[in-house]
Amino acid sequence: MIILVASLILFLVGLYAIITKRNMIKVAVGFSLMEYSVNFLFAIVGFRPGALPPILQAVEAGKVYSDPLPQALVLTAIVIGLGVTAFMLSLILRLYNRIGSFDLEEIQRLKG
Amino acid sequence: MEIFPVLLIAIPLGGAFLIPILYKAWNRLAEIVAGLCLAAVLALSIYLAFFLVPGKPLVYLFGNWPVPLGIAFAVDRLSSFMLLVVAILVFFSYIFAIRYMDHFTGSGKFYTLYLLMLVGMNGVVMTGDLFNMFVFMEIAGLSSYALVAFGTEAEELEAGFKYMVMGEIASMMILLAIAFIYAATSTLNLADISRSFAAMDKTPGFWFVFILLMSGFSIKAAIVPFHSWLPDAHPSAPAPISALLSGVFIKVLGVYAMARILFNVYGVSRASYPAVFNALLILGLASIIIASLLALYQKDYKRLLAYSSISQIGYIVLALGIGNEFALIGALAHILSHSLGKGLLFLTSGSVVYRVGERDITKFTGGLGKQMPWTSLSYNLGALSVAGMPPFLGFFSKLFIILGAVKAGFIVPAVVAGLFAVVTLGYLLKITNKVFWGKEGIKGIKESPFVMVFAMVSLVVLLVAGGAFFFWLKPHLLQPAADVLLKGTEYAEIVFRIGAGG
Repeated sequence: MIILVASLILFLVGLYAIITKRNMIKVAVGFSLMEYSVNFLFAIVGFRPGALPPILQAVEAGKVYSDPLPQALVLTAIVIGLGVTAFMLSLILRLYNRIGSFDLEEIQRLKG
Repeated sequence: MEIFPVLLIAIPLGGAFLIPILYKAWNRLAEIVAGLCLAAVLALSIYLAFFLVPGKPLVYLFGNWPVPLGIAFAVDRLSSFMLLVVAILVFFSYIFAIRYMDHFTGSGKFYTLYLLMLVGMNGVVMTGDLFNMFVFMEIAGLSSYALVAFGTEAEELEAGFKYMVMGEIASMMILLAIAFIYAATSTLNLADISRSFAAMDKTPGFWFVFILLMSGFSIKAAIVPFHSWLPDAHPSAPAPISALLSGVFIKVLGVYAMARILFNVYGVSRASYPAVFNALLILGLASIIIASLLALYQKDYKRLLAYSSISQIGYIVLALGIGNEFALIGALAHILSHSLGKGLLFLTSGSVVYRVGERDITKFTGGLGKQMPWTSLSYNLGALSVAGMPPFLGFFSKLFIILGAVKAGFIVPAVVAGLFAVVTLGYLLKITNKVFWGKEGIKGIKESPFVMVFAMVSLVVLLVAGGAFFFWLKPHLLQPAADVLLKGTEYAEIVFRIGAGG
């Protein structure tokens, strides 16, 4: 439960960074925080106290396997997160080359 | 026919892989490969949309793992209807793009991203697995961010960045909700989740996850108050991409995903949970009213159309909120008519930009209709359809939404929907008035190249044909798709019956 709350707090910290920070790099960091909070949550979901590794074997009564699927999901999510972060940073870099600033308020051109 | 769902992913994905290799050899190869892929996808989609037996979805099991275990594609009549909508607009936008993209460099990159976006949208529509849906959303999303910023001018990059921030916040909300759903149900298969939900207590936590998921989809669909990114993002993209984003993208990632989860997974109906549907109704009405009024004040050709898209999405959400048979048929018809209509309007904006190079309608002196008769004709007929004037397809879709509202006893929403159809016509005619009508034209402008005119006129023909044959389309295309939504959680039983055998 504590870990669940911790991952939610991490999620909100990321969201806070995205909403309030004017520096685009910090926004990108905020996204990484959000992604990792969700990955963290997935990793916890697969955890069972005192569980065996999920490999076919003879099991004593009362023992459980840990859930292997969240690990596959986290790997997929990490790869997607890599793509997102890489693309966002390259967008930021192109913007920096055009305008010479990382400040969101200074790049503001579109309104209405 | 069993293999069709996989082909609909594999063909564009293979094309997207081949284009960056081939176009170095000869530039035009990118267009040829993309064209072949899109023609194949269109043919398969048309076949599935009309010949798939209602109530017997195609369930493709990856790795032949039976239904709750592996990833499965479940293509029912709702999916195949959406596939058709996507395929038609993607195909005609491509035809338009052949000449339009002369403006830009890097056609190979453009068509790669274009096909990847199609892969993402097709995947979202066909998949029967929640996490898989998220993955396809990210494929479609990432390619669309890149396409919005494709021009790499400061404005386009800014729009791309804003769009990406909003889109990724939505994705993260959806992913968080998926993590919670997996924690609660230990499954990702939509049919299996639906079964688990039916047996679950409806605690506050359950509704928290529901709201998290729906907010994510609402941002993707750009429903008011989540719409702020759309008027920047859609106009900044090249015109064929604007047409796709406004025409199908927000409907597939937003409205379709929302409707599928709402009706088939959560299995809520107006009778059981009226609060959910009233919320949709109010959001829909807010979108219609606020976006229409904002559209009236726009001076930019494409920005006006973008606000109009938000308002038309409002009609679809309003219809989902009404939730009876008439309204759902209206919602699906509106998805079709708005995708063709708004796609067409964005293509005309591309045609004008291609020849004149200007989007600010206050700088036009009118009279462009003399020099660009086909663009002007397409724009005016498309505007009539989007506004909902007979005899076009748009008339019937709005008619069915209003009929559904009246039938369910929602007189005020019905009146607002009818009234704002007129407002829609008002702001769309603003462009007609400023750009196309009048005596004095801009000197030295001629009609756009043949392929661009061909794409626009084809969409006009489809809109007219859709209106003329609406009462044939309704039983053959719209009714089976609406039935999928109306049957609710029976979706789970059908998928299990077909897919559990392995």
